[in-house]
Amino acid sequence: MGILQIIIVLAVLVLLVKPVGSYVYHVYSNEPNKTDRIYGWFERFIYMLIGLKHRNGMTWKKYALSFLLTNIILVAVGYLILRLQKYLPFNPSGIDNMEETLSFNTIVSFMTNTNLQHYSGESGVSYFTQMAVMTMMMFTSAATGFAIAIAFVRGITSRGETIGNFFEDFVKSHTRILLPAAVIVTLVLVALQVPQTLDPTLTVTTLEGATQSITMGPIAALESIKHLGTNGGGFFGANSAHPFENPSPLTNVIEILSMWVLPASLPYVYGRFAKNRKQGWVVFSAMMTLFLLFLSLIYFSELRGNPAINALGVDASQGSMEGKEVRFGIPQSALFSAVTTAATTGTVNNMHDTLTPLGGLGTLGEMMLNTVFGGKGVGLVNMLMYAILGVFLCGLMVGRTPEFLGRKIEPREMKLIAVAILAHPFIILVPTAIAFLTDLGQGSITNPGAHGISQVLYEYTSSAANNGSGFEGLADNTPFWNITTGLVMMLGRYISIIAMLAVAGSLVRKQWVPETVGTFRTDNKLFYGILIGAVLIIGALTFLPAIVLGPIAEHLKLG
Amino acid sequence: MSANRKSMLSSAIISRAIRDSFIKLNPKTMAKNPVMFVVEIGTFIVLLLTLFPGYFDTKDDIGFNLTVFLILLFTVLFANFAEALAEGRGKAQADSLKNSKKETSANKLVGGVVKVVPSTELRKGDVVVVAQGEMIPGDGEVIEGLASVDESAITGESAPVIKEAGGDFSSVTGGTKVVSDRIVVRITSDPGESFIDRMISLVEGAKRQKTPNELALNTLLSSLTIIFLIVVVTLGPIAGYLDIDLQIPVLIALLVCLIPTTIGGLLSAIGIAGMDRVTQFNVLAMSGKAVEAAGDINTMILDKTGTITYGNRMASEFLPVGNASIQEVGAWSAISSVRDETPEGRSVLELMKKQLLTFDESIAAGSDFIEFKAETRMSGVDLKDGRKVRKGSVDAVKKWVTAQGGSIPTDLDGGSDSIAREGGTPLAVAVDNRIYGLIYLKDTVKPGMRERFEQLRQMGIKTIMCTGDNPLTAATIAREAGVDDFVAESKPEDKIALIRREQADGKLVAMTGDGTNDAPALAQADVGLAMNSGTIAAKEAANMVDLDSDPSKIIEVVSIGKQLLMTRGALTTFSIANDIAKYFAIIPAMFILAIPEMKALNIMGLGSPLSAILSALIFNAIIIPLLIPLAMKGVAYKPMSASKLLSRNIVIYGLGGIIVPFIGIKLIDLVVHLWI
Repeated sequence: MGILQIIIVLAVLVLLVKPVGSYVYHVYSNEPNKTDRIYGWFERFIYMLIGLKHRNGMTWKKYALSFLLTNIILVAVGYLILRLQKYLPFNPSGIDNMEETLSFNTIVSFMTNTNLQHYSGESGVSYFTQMAVMTMMMFTSAATGFAIAIAFVRGITSRGETIGNFFEDFVKSHTRILLPAAVIVTLVLVALQVPQTLDPTLTVTTLEGATQSITMGPIAALESIKHLGTNGGGFFGANSAHPFENPSPLTNVIEILSMWVLPASLPYVYGRFAKNRKQGWVVFSAMMTLFLLFLSLIYFSELRGNPAINALGVDASQGSMEGKEVRFGIPQSALFSAVTTAATTGTVNNMHDTLTPLGGLGTLGEMMLNTVFGGKGVGLVNMLMYAILGVFLCGLMVGRTPEFLGRKIEPREMKLIAVAILAHPFIILVPTAIAFLTDLGQGSITNPGAHGISQVLYEYTSSAANNGSGFEGLADNTPFWNITTGLVMMLGRYISIIAMLAVAGSLVRKQWVPETVGTFRTDNKLFYGILIGAVLIIGALTFLPAIVLGPIAEHLKLG
Repeated sequence: MSANRKSMLSSAIISRAIRDSFIKLNPKTMAKNPVMFVVEIGTFIVLLLTLFPGYFDTKDDIGFNLTVFLILLFTVLFANFAEALAEGRGKAQADSLKNSKKETSANKLVGGVVKVVPSTELRKGDVVVVAQGEMIPGDGEVIEGLASVDESAITGESAPVIKEAGGDFSSVTGGTKVVSDRIVVRITSDPGESFIDRMISLVEGAKRQKTPNELALNTLLSSLTIIFLIVVVTLGPIAGYLDIDLQIPVLIALLVCLIPTTIGGLLSAIGIAGMDRVTQFNVLAMSGKAVEAAGDINTMILDKTGTITYGNRMASEFLPVGNASIQEVGAWSAISSVRDETPEGRSVLELMKKQLLTFDESIAAGSDFIEFKAETRMSGVDLKDGRKVRKGSVDAVKKWVTAQGGSIPTDLDGGSDSIAREGGTPLAVAVDNRIYGLIYLKDTVKPGMRERFEQLRQMGIKTIMCTGDNPLTAATIAREAGVDDFVAESKPEDKIALIRREQADGKLVAMTGDGTNDAPALAQADVGLAMNSGTIAAKEAANMVDLDSDPSKIIEVVSIGKQLLMTRGALTTFSIANDIAKYFAIIPAMFILAIPEMKALNIMGLGSPLSAILSALIFNAIIIPLLIPLAMKGVAYKPMSASKLLSRNIVIYGLGGIIVPFIGIKLIDLVVHLWI
């Protein structure tokens, strides 16, 4: 039955890819279509409001600058709200201003689509902050990611000078995708008993006569965009394991699909832009294959349970239920964990800290690759970067200098890609080593041995991949962790995005090379294999030594 | 010279390469190759640990450290050796070219008076006289006279070639020798810039610049090196949390195994060897970029005459007219050609044999041969019995026959017209006042061209034939040769327009040429192959010069370019795929003492942690010399579609790259484990 549950969700996802992908393609293709009548007037109003008269195409530099400035302004506003929330409205519980380093960490976390939370939603932020900072940034960071991915795809598939207009893409991501989808998902969640209210914390007397405070709030609204935007920042500290955020298996499936369907349909969008849908399906299949690999690892490890606990005579047929919700069980928990780390959402419906070592490795591995569907937009961009790398390494073997989608891959592109592939291991492994070298870092680790290594590795990997889920247990609300993870999140997002936009800007100007039988094809089974090989050999081998010391050592020791 | 070029991989070259591999240890030289530079630094650190064990507290590990040092040193030396060996052949060739550059004296013409000066004093614009037996003192152009010149010093071809003033055969090269007659030459290059000088610096690799693809690959290899540097440097503190103390030599061993040393060590050797293969082929490429561009060619523009066809017309059929028989036409054609040494004449006799026709040779005995002249446009023999036999252009023969009172058979014009329509040239054959028939002269496609164009098509290369012929003739030859497209009645400026049109579609174009009016097109083309017999302007505009002056060689040059790129790709893939096995050798070995359960990862069942590390390191070192022959010769290449090529190479070098090191490391471990 467990596997059947998973297969049904997978099947629904695969069926959704084409319709959703076609819709997304039409949003960004900038060709007139029927939906203009629904959204056009509203967008024209916004364009007028922000003074966007001519939506001219931008060069990659202008595009990057536009997106950076937009993010900087949003960060500045958000930081001020966090630091001054005590004086702002909608604070019925009288929550205090946030501390500096925590504010820095939080604002970077939400702007970079990471949603790593070193604060607890219940006690750390007011309703106003939840709405004006968290929910707002969940929209804007996701829209930014979307815009970047589309700009990159335009760059590698079209010819000319421009990769699109950032502001137009940014507005359309909101008006045509995120807002309508969020409204629908919110209503569905409300119908399925997820609270949506501005009432203050409810104080009730329990049957025992004790008083209990029950935190509520505008949960359903946040819940929808939390998943749609692959954000992951929960209303409550317990995130989607909390019964208000995720009350039933049905809401669980809705949450899984709403965080998964947009990243999963982006390869199809890419295929449409490339005017060769096979290109998109090859990328999708590679992502799906890697996903199934990791999902199986998590599912079967959790199902097998913890041999040490099984040995104590605990019923092993349930699998490892430690840290999991009974209403979800192993299959719904394993699938949720695999999807949340694949799509780098970071929402959790079970505690990743208590996954079996190999189950934890599955979640860690997906974030280290950051290409198995990946975060909003970024996953596709990273996968296409591996595609370019695969073309570069293997393309020579057909006796031509490497070409991708009809463009030569030359020193400039390789330099930029080198920056991107260097950044990822650098910002994971170097801070991890620093954390182990310093008392400031070591002081927060709450587990001895290999699991302690997993804890730290997970924290930085989650930050670097802009996932945001945590191996809870790490005492991470300290200046050291707030600052280091804040920096890692920032570098993890912006270095590769800027480098890849530059690649797009360089490719878009290149002379096209016509396709002949002598051309290296990137739309067939062979390339699907090469793509997976490139991801595993270049992306995964880098982390092998660290993983061996963390989850693998822990697994081997468990016996 | 071409004979001894092949056997140049002599012991002299090898011993010189061994010496050079030590000289190349100079850090300044090594820094140009970041991957091997990192290995050299690692070697140096392990050397310090070995030399000063007291200072670093490494007394217990002296044997292990010394072994690691030696293996690392050999890794660097092997890489240097590969490069030195690839350079060696070029250097040896350059030496023999330098010999032909011996200083000679020149007969400089100053105001009509000959003055003897050393050749080094000649400047551009000087005029010299070169007589039989003398060396031509510098590159130049014949402005007066005609001479046969021995160019074997450059081309290796011993048969002398004719050089004459004006036209496309006027350029001469310094260092070649006049075998007969006397010419006056205007010098066209200053000392140090002559063709031989350029050739020396090219084969020596002195001015070798990295191609864009090499630069891009180098960037990737460097960034992989930095990534693994990060991996290894951060491993110490992380392992420290588990109280695992990792020794520096072990970390260096891991680093060296993971960074792409195989391709890093062989990369420049592959490039140099690729250039060298072109040179062995008697084609001089002006840059490595040109050779790589040859691999990328999409369109090849070929001259019909000389490249696709022999250029001289061959008899292919006898057509009787009036009431003559084939036997009669054949016999009279043969008699008229018995003493005709032109290719056309000889082809008539060959056609007789092919068609099993015979004729009485005694008729021709003692006859007078009448040579072809532009005025008469006929040739033939005057027989002893007084009969006159002629073959020649139809008009001329008709006039000749009519003048003798003969009549013209009614079907003559029809026959000759149909031959012309098919692209052939008709020759009429007559004896006194009777026309017997026509010889169908055809421009013959060189044997094997059809197959080669088919191969090019499989590689995705389009062939376009350019010819001055009329469209009909052009179409016939194009069909026969199997080219994809043709341009008839083409003028030199059409060629450059054609190249531009193709390039506007993003295609890379290759062409051959020899005349001065080819020069702009040669310069415009991505790969321009000039003939050594061609003019100086053509040679300067081109980025390759064929010393044998065989234009059809462009096809092989493309193959060499592709082979060069494939070799680079294959070894890169192989090198990176090797990492998987090396991880499985070293990682368990590093941690097994602290975490005994790690033996589950020792899937190769290696003897001991130390032998595992050393075996991986030894494999990493010896794979370089083992692959030198492949790097030098290039991977086997047969023309086929990209998809087929890729599947084949992925299996050999990708899967092979994963599997081979598992086997290799295990075998080495079996030996190494005997000691530790």
